[in-house]
Amino acid sequence: MTSPQAPALLEIANLRVSFATPAGTARAVDGLDLVVRSGETVGLVGESGCGKTVTALAILRLVDQGGHVAPGSQVRLEGRDLLALPVKEMQAVRGNHVALVFQEPASALNPVLTIGSQIAEAVRVHHRLRRRDAWRRAVEMLEAVGIPDAAERARHYPHQLSGGMRQRVLIAMALVCRPKLLIADEPTTALDVTIQAEILELIRSLQQQLGMAMLLITHNLGVVAETAERVYVMYAGQIVEEAQTGDLFAHPAHPYTEGLLGAVPSPDEPKQRLTAIAGQVPPATQWPSGCRFHPRCPWAWDRCRQETPPLLDAAAGHRARCWLVQEPERRGARP
Amino acid sequence: MSGPVLLDVRDLVVHFPRRTGLLGTRREVVQAVNGVSLSVAAGETLGLVGESGCGKTTLARAVLRLVDPTAGRVTFDGQDVLALAPRPLRALRRRMQIVFQDPYASLNPRLTVRRAVREGIEIHRLAEGAEADRRVVRLLEEVGLTADAVARYPHELSGGQRQRVSIARALAVEPDLLVCDEPVSALDVSVQAQVLNLFADLQAHRRLAYLFISHDLAVVRHLAPRVAVMYLGRIVEEGPTHELFTGPLHPYTQALLSAAPVPDPARQRRRIVLSGEPPSPVRPPSGCPFHPRCQHPAKDDSCHRELPALRDLGPSRRAACHKADSVRAPASPSPA
Repeated sequence: MTSPQAPALLEIANLRVSFATPAGTARAVDGLDLVVRSGETVGLVGESGCGKTVTALAILRLVDQGGHVAPGSQVRLEGRDLLALPVKEMQAVRGNHVALVFQEPASALNPVLTIGSQIAEAVRVHHRLRRRDAWRRAVEMLEAVGIPDAAERARHYPHQLSGGMRQRVLIAMALVCRPKLLIADEPTTALDVTIQAEILELIRSLQQQLGMAMLLITHNLGVVAETAERVYVMYAGQIVEEAQTGDLFAHPAHPYTEGLLGAVPSPDEPKQRLTAIAGQVPPATQWPSGCRFHPRCPWAWDRCRQETPPLLDAAAGHRARCWLVQEPERRGARP
Repeated sequence: MSGPVLLDVRDLVVHFPRRTGLLGTRREVVQAVNGVSLSVAAGETLGLVGESGCGKTTLARAVLRLVDPTAGRVTFDGQDVLALAPRPLRALRRRMQIVFQDPYASLNPRLTVRRAVREGIEIHRLAEGAEADRRVVRLLEEVGLTADAVARYPHELSGGQRQRVSIARALAVEPDLLVCDEPVSALDVSVQAQVLNLFADLQAHRRLAYLFISHDLAVVRHLAPRVAVMYLGRIVEEGPTHELFTGPLHPYTQALLSAAPVPDPARQRRRIVLSGEPPSPVRPPSGCPFHPRCQHPAKDDSCHRELPALRDLGPSRRAACHKADSVRAPASPSPA
């Protein structure tokens, strides 16, 4: 557990990322504010197309050609603005201070290099180590992520490993330089539940050993509930709700969060009917006016169609981008 | 609630020979399905749960004879599916349809929604001309799409809409059984809920039977009153959903249930974290297929040596474990 006074490790302010597409400008991330404190586990939840992966890429300045990070966006790591760093210094940040684990372990590994040499390479990029020492660090790290016969396995190629093992290798590679922040983008989505449980357990224990902070990006509310201390919910390129995990699940303030929670069938108590959210996520080239959720919201009234709500304080440490926070009596007037 | 048996699968085995090695000279056999028996009654839903590689998709395909089983029997409404000649098989396929996981891959990108849904109606001569078009529109409306979707191509539709088209296409020939292979796994949570509600509505209106396959326990629990759990080509446990979820008998079911993350931070559970990976279906372990990962305290030599049979362990409860205890009565009465 992290105290709320812990210093901010990562501070994102007013992040805007857009892409030029044939259908117009897609504002994938549109004014995002987010804080991760030292040692803290923060969840970033949303459905596909909400901008969560673009956020992860923007933190590490990995948004590809065609993507544009707007001036005025800020990504600060321990006070340093990463977006303003010279390329060389940014390279020293990537992998060393901030590491990234992707969803798809098969495509994130080089198929023609042994896994040991790929991890050793990560070490040698950031630390002046002899080849043999870097290899030893790689083997140690493979042991730490629970790969049996690590010395032998280090000589294997990615295709010789199962999906769960590959994800362990990626975690080893991400953590070998002992980063202060791990960004995990859907780290268990491609895995079976029993393997997912093992990997989450592994990440949790390594995080404690290394005192590392984590930004966990996922669409899976169950994974967030069990892993994160604090959660940001993202919809249509914006944060729509922010709260301690317990508060968010017990008292969701934004109708989108409420809808998501109602839409998940619970393995514990079967519900008669799931409360589906009507409609679908609009394309990033045409965000609706006013509140971006209003076309799908059961409570929406005129104000929601015209005025864009800011993040409003719903309770201590709990904010929601919804006019219902100011006009809670509207909930009584169900359409 | 359960009517006469519609689909009956007995001792089904599906093995795939395959060539491996650098030059393709080594031969091995993938034992995808290894003696599965199950049945689905008319109007009933049987959930089939298992992790990737357990053989659930192969089982689904073998039931429809989209792959040829190595041994065993599949009976649909009294007819031996595996013995049918091509023509009667086609007639039978009208009555059993399948919805696949990936609506991007299962719809022909060059067919409009109208043609995709009409195809089955025409092949089985259920209607023609304007009447067929009227049926298409009715079907689209039934699955929650508007009539103007008829002129669309798959790429113009979202994932949820495409899956609705796949469902409309399957329903067009008025089947009695719908085999659903991970039909909501590719969809976002909010859209997944819409499609799950649709499956429930369709069953209520049409008295459809579902063989509903998923890796997602919560989805299966939501939709199926009866569940079978599959591991490495075999059914390891079967029973009424509520009882199986509240009192799992097989150590694999117990681990699977404890591993599923629950969207409720207030609940702390004891988690059984399995060590190791599921073994390869090319070289399944001796004895009980689960024994290398099993954490049952009474695990012993017999688990290494003898394959446990799926045996009766209480009213409509069955599990394939040497060490599982019988239950006398249902674990607890269902509050429904």
